[in-house]
Amino acid sequence: MRETFIDTTTAILDEDPRTALVVADISAASFTAARRRHPDRVFNVGIREQLMAGVGGGLALTGMRPYLHSYAPFLIDRAYEQIKLDLGHQETGAVLVSIGASYDAAAEGYTHQSPGDVALLDTLDGWTVHVPGHRDEVAALLRAAARHDDRVYVRLSTQENAHAHPDAGGLRVLRRGGPLVVAVGPMLDPVLEATLGMDVTVAYTNTPRPLDTDGLRALVEGEVVVVEPYLAGTSAHLVGQALNGMPHRALHLGVGRAEVRRYGDWRDHARAHGLDPAGLRRSISAFLL
Amino acid sequence: MNFKLQSMHMKLLSRVTADVKHTPSAHSTLDVLWVLYDRVLRITPETVDAPDRDRFLLSKGHGPAAYYAVLAAKGFIPEEWLDDMGGWDSPLGHHPDRVLIPGVEIGTGSLGHGLGLAVGTALGLRAQGFLDTRTFVLLGDAELDEGSNHEAIAYAAAIRLPITAIVIDNRSATHGGPGEWSGAPTGSNAHSDVSGQGNQPRAGLYAGIPVRFPNWSVSVVNGRDHDEIKRALRVVSDRPRLVVASV
Repeated sequence: MRETFIDTTTAILDEDPRTALVVADISAASFTAARRRHPDRVFNVGIREQLMAGVGGGLALTGMRPYLHSYAPFLIDRAYEQIKLDLGHQETGAVLVSIGASYDAAAEGYTHQSPGDVALLDTLDGWTVHVPGHRDEVAALLRAAARHDDRVYVRLSTQENAHAHPDAGGLRVLRRGGPLVVAVGPMLDPVLEATLGMDVTVAYTNTPRPLDTDGLRALVEGEVVVVEPYLAGTSAHLVGQALNGMPHRALHLGVGRAEVRRYGDWRDHARAHGLDPAGLRRSISAFLL
Repeated sequence: MNFKLQSMHMKLLSRVTADVKHTPSAHSTLDVLWVLYDRVLRITPETVDAPDRDRFLLSKGHGPAAYYAVLAAKGFIPEEWLDDMGGWDSPLGHHPDRVLIPGVEIGTGSLGHGLGLAVGTALGLRAQGFLDTRTFVLLGDAELDEGSNHEAIAYAAAIRLPITAIVIDNRSATHGGPGEWSGAPTGSNAHSDVSGQGNQPRAGLYAGIPVRFPNWSVSVVNGRDHDEIKRALRVVSDRPRLVVASV
């Protein structure tokens, strides 16, 4: 997904003079050619993430469309107040593109992991959040974001599904059956494997914000399971609102709050958080019993 | 400031603060703001949305009474607005909001945001070919303690971005006063970048602020002397410029 982001953003910079890119050393070398072609619109501010967000806000104030990029914990967690004030409070927008997700950087440790990025953006108004589940879903999301001035977050990850599902802005039903299981982004394949042989409906989305609440209301008949690749329960408040007045039981699965002080790779962390197929099957079976 | 001008400003200021006494933070910026809007910035109430207008970003959003008074004196906002600052129906808060006030470029309040926004603004203007448009940002000396400023200061110097930062020095920084700051060169010639404007004798006193701006062009001026302020602000440089206005 990172390569797709680099290639697509390089092309967008070539095609649209309104766009700009701000990075903070991360991935800077990959944009060398773009920077040479567009020195006035491609910036590497060094290891200065607060400034990256401030520069994005300033560019947007002059009418540019800035793309900002870093590891999720540096892009979102570290610069939270800049995102809140230099973008939201100014009524400007930007396209924030992160890598690393919740535990791609498993061996780097908790400092390089951001399970709380989507929850942080949920404290703010007007953010569209894309969590693509496959590299072939990335380009269209990045290109669509160039055409307006709203606030957009694109959360890229190493973990991805076997197949792309490009039209998954709303809930897209991939398996028809009983109770609804919603899989966000790269959680789709583990959910499909975990629910093999179970009588469930599986719906996929790569755009959890705004959440497809109409789709939820249409698909939920009593029970709903939401599987997200970031903090467990991040979408619980929206699911609760969407199903307000409808009797239902909900299970929210995702990354736990407790820090896993182990290294390994993302598969190890998925297992530790119960987000591998076996862990998901245990949780979903117990809930639907 | 001549007497007539001063009394007009005091009247407007009093209207904002509903008091003849003003907080130091409100008052410290008045002369610099007046010189900016009267003699430096290419912006009028008619050009607040012109893409090539000069940009003035008030980073130090605290004590905006002087800012509001100058905006009213220059016709950006009605004088009547000054009577109800902070009121439910008022567009004027205790910190300015760009969405509510014509002519206000950024909403501030939390310190340490203006310089980064100014860097982005200047880059955006340059990318769109507005090469004669200038970008100014005003900070307080205590505000410089916020680390975010130093990300912007270093980057602007590294890319020689010609923005102008004005620091109002009323010695309000907790650990920043002359004599408290340690490790600074104290001789008047010790800082090679401190230049011009006939202020060499004062330069050493304020070494604590210019040394936080390595590789910026620096002037230290009397923040009450309109001609001195104007001369310092009108200098166009090929790198970032710091004007310390001591009040």
